[in-house]
Amino acid sequence: MPLLQVKNLEVSFALRNGSVKALQDINFSVERGDRIGIVGESGAGKSVLGFSILNLISRPGSITNGEVLFEGRNLANLPAEELRNIRGNRISMIFQDPMMTLNPVLTIGTQMIECLKAHRQITDENARKIAIQKLQQVYIPSPETRLDQYPHELSGGMRQRIVIAISLLMDPEIIIADEPTTALDVTIQAEIMELILELCERNDVALIMITHDLGVISQITKQLFVMYAGRIIEQGPTKEIINDAQHPYTQGLINALPQMTVRGERLQQIRGSMPSLNDSLTGCAFNPRCDHAEDICTETLPSYTASGGCKVACHLVEKMKNQEVLS
Amino acid sequence: MNDKVNTPILEIKNLHKRFSISGDFFDQLQFKDGKIRRHREYVHATNGVSLDVMQGESLCLVGESGCGKSTVARLVMGLEHPTEGSIHYRGTRIDTLKANRQIMPYRKKMQMIFQNPYASLNPRMTINDTLTEPVNIHNPDWDNIQIQEKVQEVMLSVGIDPSWGKRFPHEFSGGQRQRISIARALAVDPEFIVADEPISALDVSIQAQVLNLMMDAQKERGLTYLFITHDLSVVEHFGSRVAVMYLGTLCEVSSSQQLFDQPRHPYTQALLSAIPKLTDNRSSHIKLSGEVPTPVNLPTGCVFHGRCPHANSRCKAEVPELISIEGAQVACHAIEEGRL
Amino acid sequence: MSKHSTPNINGKGNNHVYTLQERFFRSHFWHSLKVDLVAQICFLVFILYVFMAIFAPLIAPFDPYDPVSIDIMNSELPPSWSEGGESDFWLGTDNQGRDLWSTILYGTRVSLMIGIGAVLLQAFIGICVGLIAGYKGGRLDSLLMRIADVQLSFSTLMVAIIVLAVFQASFGTELYQELAMVMLILVIGIAEWPQYARTVRASVLAEKEKEYVDAARVIGLSNTRIMFRHILPNTLSPILVISTVQVANAIISEAALSFLGLGMPISEPSLGSLISSGFEYIFSGAWWITMIPGAVLVILVLVMNLLGDWLRDVLNPKLYKD
Repeated sequence: MPLLQVKNLEVSFALRNGSVKALQDINFSVERGDRIGIVGESGAGKSVLGFSILNLISRPGSITNGEVLFEGRNLANLPAEELRNIRGNRISMIFQDPMMTLNPVLTIGTQMIECLKAHRQITDENARKIAIQKLQQVYIPSPETRLDQYPHELSGGMRQRIVIAISLLMDPEIIIADEPTTALDVTIQAEIMELILELCERNDVALIMITHDLGVISQITKQLFVMYAGRIIEQGPTKEIINDAQHPYTQGLINALPQMTVRGERLQQIRGSMPSLNDSLTGCAFNPRCDHAEDICTETLPSYTASGGCKVACHLVEKMKNQEVLS
Repeated sequence: MNDKVNTPILEIKNLHKRFSISGDFFDQLQFKDGKIRRHREYVHATNGVSLDVMQGESLCLVGESGCGKSTVARLVMGLEHPTEGSIHYRGTRIDTLKANRQIMPYRKKMQMIFQNPYASLNPRMTINDTLTEPVNIHNPDWDNIQIQEKVQEVMLSVGIDPSWGKRFPHEFSGGQRQRISIARALAVDPEFIVADEPISALDVSIQAQVLNLMMDAQKERGLTYLFITHDLSVVEHFGSRVAVMYLGTLCEVSSSQQLFDQPRHPYTQALLSAIPKLTDNRSSHIKLSGEVPTPVNLPTGCVFHGRCPHANSRCKAEVPELISIEGAQVACHAIEEGRL
Repeated sequence: MSKHSTPNINGKGNNHVYTLQERFFRSHFWHSLKVDLVAQICFLVFILYVFMAIFAPLIAPFDPYDPVSIDIMNSELPPSWSEGGESDFWLGTDNQGRDLWSTILYGTRVSLMIGIGAVLLQAFIGICVGLIAGYKGGRLDSLLMRIADVQLSFSTLMVAIIVLAVFQASFGTELYQELAMVMLILVIGIAEWPQYARTVRASVLAEKEKEYVDAARVIGLSNTRIMFRHILPNTLSPILVISTVQVANAIISEAALSFLGLGMPISEPSLGSLISSGFEYIFSGAWWITMIPGAVLVILVLVMNLLGDWLRDVLNPKLYKD
């Protein structure tokens, strides 16, 4: 049995004129020690996915279909009490903005000790020891003094390290990281990514990494899920997708990166922008922006086609492959 | 074309900008050792930046958050006034101009594109009003038809359907808003554009669209860009020259080809190695020790010495000057001494 | 090959431009009104009040300002449904023999005029001061805001009582009665402008930091144009919210002053002076002269406050994204 299994997940948001589906037909599973990446642009539903795993979707959104099985228990309909035991304890989350996790009026130490005491029977002294040990793990210099500092006294990179330390406090099985480095500078980003990778490997923690940055994700994840307009459109081993993407959207996304173009030349772009959830599009959601789109793409929703180790939701995968072989 | 490239359109000389962070007069008073003193603290946003922008080039100013790159952009556009130093545009000093009448000709020649497309358009004005305003104010003798023709022309040139003019900004996506923002800058036919992180708030697939649009506009209109960004990978395509900034000072200025082939300054090297690459194997990046110092209490000597693997005692004491080496300008004692 | 012919660059997918009317019916404002019963009732009641005030001369069966139509013999008649009431005067009459219903209609008119007039004055002063203080900043900001603080530290009623009493004493009651409405608008307007100035300044400080203001400066617009054309429209939401509450406050202030004998003269009564004039008779059994205008006033103020609360929820940009 996989550690975490998401089955046919569907999340809807009730709006004043009907409801829209933010996520549809999401299926994946995570084993212990896995590192999976979920990549997509804003509006693709990747953050909603992160929240819905922990059943943190708040009104007007709700999980309207499917299951999130953690060790066989469905988090989508677990009582609040049991959910709390899992959140932050067995599955923890790192957000883009460290201040979403850190309370600005409490010291780092208070926050860490409180977190420990909420889940475990533990003395203040022992909690403090664990907190210091976790801060050492994320390479924070002089952790004892940091415990008595407030979040605003620390730099952005340091804050994100502390958030990572907090997420490790309860020795979770899974860490969900939602754009953990987007707010940071490149030099700090590289350090934080390396740290997350090292900690996951050392502690055998599964990582679900949610980001828009293909560069970041390609370096640390084994499996990759590409999302577009609320669906997974391509999934498979990260290396395979990066080197030989099958879905026209994934190809476009990779080719649009400046490093994929010869210096000084016009960048390759995908025309248009992602449809909003309100738009009633039939067929493949990518068809208005796709260079290869045919009649079938506007009519029916593509199902997954296996291609190598990947699964691709595109009608034309076979056809495009044949053309490639021919040329 | 070549001789044109060699005349500077904008000259920045020894630019300093300090922002007071001590509040007003009464907040500055402190009681210490039995005496009341006035205590003032400043953020040193830029510290002696000297830079020339050549006619027709795109100069990229690169640096991490808080290094003062946006302050340079705002100083050049006259949104802030320098504490020290000067800014010349085609030989005329522009940072001391006060009267609106004197500034107006430069407002027509120099325009700006902003970072956040969600904040840079007035939410209560239609697209048409937003674009009409600059045309109207800089061409007072035009009649309504001429103005509307101009507005339609710039809308078409950035790929926005002129029939959408009656809409409000919130009806557009981020990429489209940035196009409108570019259209507003182009509406007065400027020759010089300062772009302050114009793509950092956009999605990857949209970033390419906007960059291409800016490059096309440059070709068609012969624009000169000062492009502010934190993203080195963009620079490789966009910039003809690159200036790297750290804590309010320039570390290195060179052509973008040279910078990417052979980064010289230790900070540039670290910055380049930290770009996440799709194909690259991990952990090849140069690790910088320590934290970025705050611009309130600047380190003595070279501002980078605390994190630099090559720093020695001279670096801690003496501020390095920009020196020319094989066409590039670098501010580093180690390079000057041949240690690097 | 049937490639998609429409480029569909726009996320919304159609080229329809909404008219002003369509915009309104699709707006968050209209939608919030549609689902909130309390707001709907308040809105209806408020419109009813405004209607009553505007058309008072047409609705009212008598003209309370016309001494010819008043017969002192009709004074203190109870409402028509109680014992001794007359069917001509369905809410009864006051101590001078005026039809209470007509007097209330005219009184509502006076109260609303003073309330709205005072708020317009407050808003004019407050918005100008707030815009300049917030936009210019620095010393001017400090100076203007200290003046506002000083003004706020005097309570409205205290200022009004002193000014009105001094005016009455020095220029005589006759002149005062002639100018009562203008005086009340001036006094209440001037006493309460700092509310607006503070609110406007706070939102100007927030708006000033946004890039569209920088963009306007880069275009070369004058400061006046930036303040009034760019920043002011973006501070309208909070202005609208406090305006409803301020109108209610101004009406209450006027009523209080009238009750103390410093407001509208009894020949041209507002709701406040009606309540005041009936107060002496409340123990002699003529409760209606005070109670009915009192209820009318309370409902008006309640409705305005509820509308203000509702508007605050609707216009709070944090709560919705369009």
